[in-house]
Amino acid sequence: MSDLSEANLGALSAIVDKYRRQPTYLVQVLREVQDALDHIPPAAMAYVASALGVPIGQVEAVTAFYAFFHDRPMGRYRVLISDNITDRMLGSMALVEHMLNRLKLKLGEVSADGVVSVGLTSCTGMCDQGPAMLVNNRTITRLTPRRIDEICELIRAQVPLDDWPSFYFKVDDNIRRADMLLAAQWSPGEALRAATSLGPQGMIHELRLSNLRGRGGAGFTTAVKWEAARNAPGHGPNATRYVVCNADEGEPGTFKDRVLLQSYAGHVFEGMTIAGYAIGASRGFLYLRGEYTYLLQALEKHLADLRKMNLLGRSVCGVEGFDFDIEIHVGAGAYVCGEETALIESLEGKPGRPRIRPPFPVTHGYLGQPTVVNNVETLCKVLEIATHGGARYAGLGTKQSTGTKILSVSGDVDRPGLYEYPFGVRIAQVLEDCGARHPQAVQVSGAAGMCLSEREFGRRIAFEDVPTAGSFMVFGAQRDLFEVARNFTHFFAHESCGFCTPCRVGTTLVSNLMDKIAAGHGTQYEMNELNRLAGVIKGSAHCGLGTASCNAIVDTVQKFRPAYEKRLKAVDFEPAFDLDAALAKAREVTGRDDADAHLAQGMEQH
Amino acid sequence: MNEIANRFNIDGGPVDFEPGQTILQAALAAGVFIPHLCAHPEFTPHGSCKLCTVTVNGRSGSACTIAAMPGMDVQSDTPELNSRRRVLLQMLFVEGHHFCPGCEKSGNCTLQALAYEMEMLTPHFAHFFPDRPVDASHPDVLLDLNRCVMCELCVRASRDFDGKNVFSLAGRGMASKIVVNSPTGLLGDSDLAVTDRAATICPVGAILPKRVGYKVPIGERLYDPIPISAQVGRLSGATAESGCCGCGSGASGGGCGATASATVAQKEA
Repeated sequence: MSDLSEANLGALSAIVDKYRRQPTYLVQVLREVQDALDHIPPAAMAYVASALGVPIGQVEAVTAFYAFFHDRPMGRYRVLISDNITDRMLGSMALVEHMLNRLKLKLGEVSADGVVSVGLTSCTGMCDQGPAMLVNNRTITRLTPRRIDEICELIRAQVPLDDWPSFYFKVDDNIRRADMLLAAQWSPGEALRAATSLGPQGMIHELRLSNLRGRGGAGFTTAVKWEAARNAPGHGPNATRYVVCNADEGEPGTFKDRVLLQSYAGHVFEGMTIAGYAIGASRGFLYLRGEYTYLLQALEKHLADLRKMNLLGRSVCGVEGFDFDIEIHVGAGAYVCGEETALIESLEGKPGRPRIRPPFPVTHGYLGQPTVVNNVETLCKVLEIATHGGARYAGLGTKQSTGTKILSVSGDVDRPGLYEYPFGVRIAQVLEDCGARHPQAVQVSGAAGMCLSEREFGRRIAFEDVPTAGSFMVFGAQRDLFEVARNFTHFFAHESCGFCTPCRVGTTLVSNLMDKIAAGHGTQYEMNELNRLAGVIKGSAHCGLGTASCNAIVDTVQKFRPAYEKRLKAVDFEPAFDLDAALAKAREVTGRDDADAHLAQGMEQH
Repeated sequence: MNEIANRFNIDGGPVDFEPGQTILQAALAAGVFIPHLCAHPEFTPHGSCKLCTVTVNGRSGSACTIAAMPGMDVQSDTPELNSRRRVLLQMLFVEGHHFCPGCEKSGNCTLQALAYEMEMLTPHFAHFFPDRPVDASHPDVLLDLNRCVMCELCVRASRDFDGKNVFSLAGRGMASKIVVNSPTGLLGDSDLAVTDRAATICPVGAILPKRVGYKVPIGERLYDPIPISAQVGRLSGATAESGCCGCGSGASGGGCGATASATVAQKEA
């Protein structure tokens, strides 16, 4: 175990002090430790464990849980290329090859001089301007072979990231269709003052009239959630309530929250503050996914401005007794943290494993206290309801899905970006508006969502029909839906938290089966196995990640069966390896290569 | 007014429960066996192995975490659910290295007993062959994670009973593994004692006390003469745990320190 240098000790001590040595900040502390030391060595883990008063096993567990933390050196420049299917459709894999060739590296390998490593990461939320990469958690969009060449030069010359051309890091909003939310101007405090004049109960009443449902995908009625948290008693001597904004937008193909945080942060923070007022909370957390770290500085400045305007802090908006402030926690690469109880675990400085429910966060959330967890978009919608009233809001959309919904459109379209529609819009309408090119399928709501074929383009985006968290990936006629589903199975195997048996083992078995079919060794046996495993995983997994992990397979097998069948061998069973090739060594050793020293594989060859 | 009886149905048969009990606790107390691995009467429910998955009023859920409610209709011993359990067991078998015939836990192992119970005849799936080094650094306890099933009973026992936090579950997905809280990560440098609850609670052969391996011969051990489904009294915590640590003292009881501490745990629980 290497000891820490004086300089590093000083840096670590400043980091733990900044977070007041509170164990709940473990993820934040480790993020900054990694920024300072490029990785988290065992000596730093021991130091952090002792400073925060947690077992070293917990520090190790957290370091190992999050994809962006490394306990061994991964280079001064850690390149992670986004591996969503949309990035692949934009040619990401050729760029990965190109970069590895230029740097003379293998995937995941660290260069001999310890300068750089190149790996893959799950969707970075830049599907409308991909292929994208993260370098030390900073986003670079619109990769081209030329840009990769330039980046390799910068890395070789060890130019600090701050001195790289600033346009590399430019992230566009690409708002293509604005409705109630995206067209709205933010007048600081207007909605909050409307809410405080209604009173907490009045605000919840308007929310109930609006029938607003959560925009994170599950679609729970927001008023019911807020009221339950408001009515739940706090626990223990530090009884209080919390508001959490779930900005862990990890669902492949979703990037609406990124735009809202980049250009509508005032809406988001004011929505959180209204929630705090309505449920009687004193603290709010914005849980920002690690992939969006580039937004952190601007968001922190935004919070500072709000404090100056008395829209946060003591007696917010001059309301005596309403003290509320917001802090930002940054994630570290774990899709499962989008699940609200996993997110709370992460906020508490632990690995993000979903909790057993009940109890639900509204009664036992952050540190066991009543907690409301809302999606970024949901909190923005609260402003419309506070300002214009719930009844007016309920007039838009459909009966069970009121208001508007933002879709993140990507894939084979002429105009990728954000489209805001009243609920009830038909898939075909969206496809027409975004300039879809000969679409054969749309994956709605990400890898966990539904795959719709052309026959279903008349269906509507609404909780009554096709619910969505906001991802809308379009696949043109030339795309292979088997490869789409295979990409998603790898995603789930990589993102499974590992807590429960069916998800931990099952997602890997499923992705191995898909690889076997892709390699040309698949038969009807594998198709039956996929079906059987999908049933077991869906019926017994602990959380939504597991239960949704086989949706794409079930949908594509049912609707795009030829994509599978053209790969299948016409035998009952075939092993994943080549029997004859496996005997090559034996032939070499024995010096034989006659016909009897070969094995025919597959029944039909006998 | 009639009070609603604290009673529900499992596979059509009535089960009475105490308010606060889970479905699994109530079932075991009533003598109804539901297969389970990560649940233990002394520790808080966990819900990770999913072997106890039942159908409650038509919906799937873990019997070990769902509170018993009056009038519930629970399905457990059905061909579909048992077939699902068999697949889950097969998953656990191929994920690690389970060589029952040569394992010193054989006969005292819950995983093995459940595999017999569920008539699991083959591992079915291709083995993963993970690389899991053995930690033999502790003078009295062997840590062989090749047989770990991630039930986290050692984590809970060490944290909640011993107050030592010797074990944690680290990593994620297939890279999940139990880690030891010590500066070197080795068990020998932790403060685990062989008399700790955590040293004896492992339901498989991942944590084993040293030098007692075959004291009771295979064939005469806990699950050898009587199948696990017929031992609900012991599983519910109603009778003293005689299987102890797998040291082999088995049904004859006594012999190792683990049994003594297990008995203490029973009393305190």
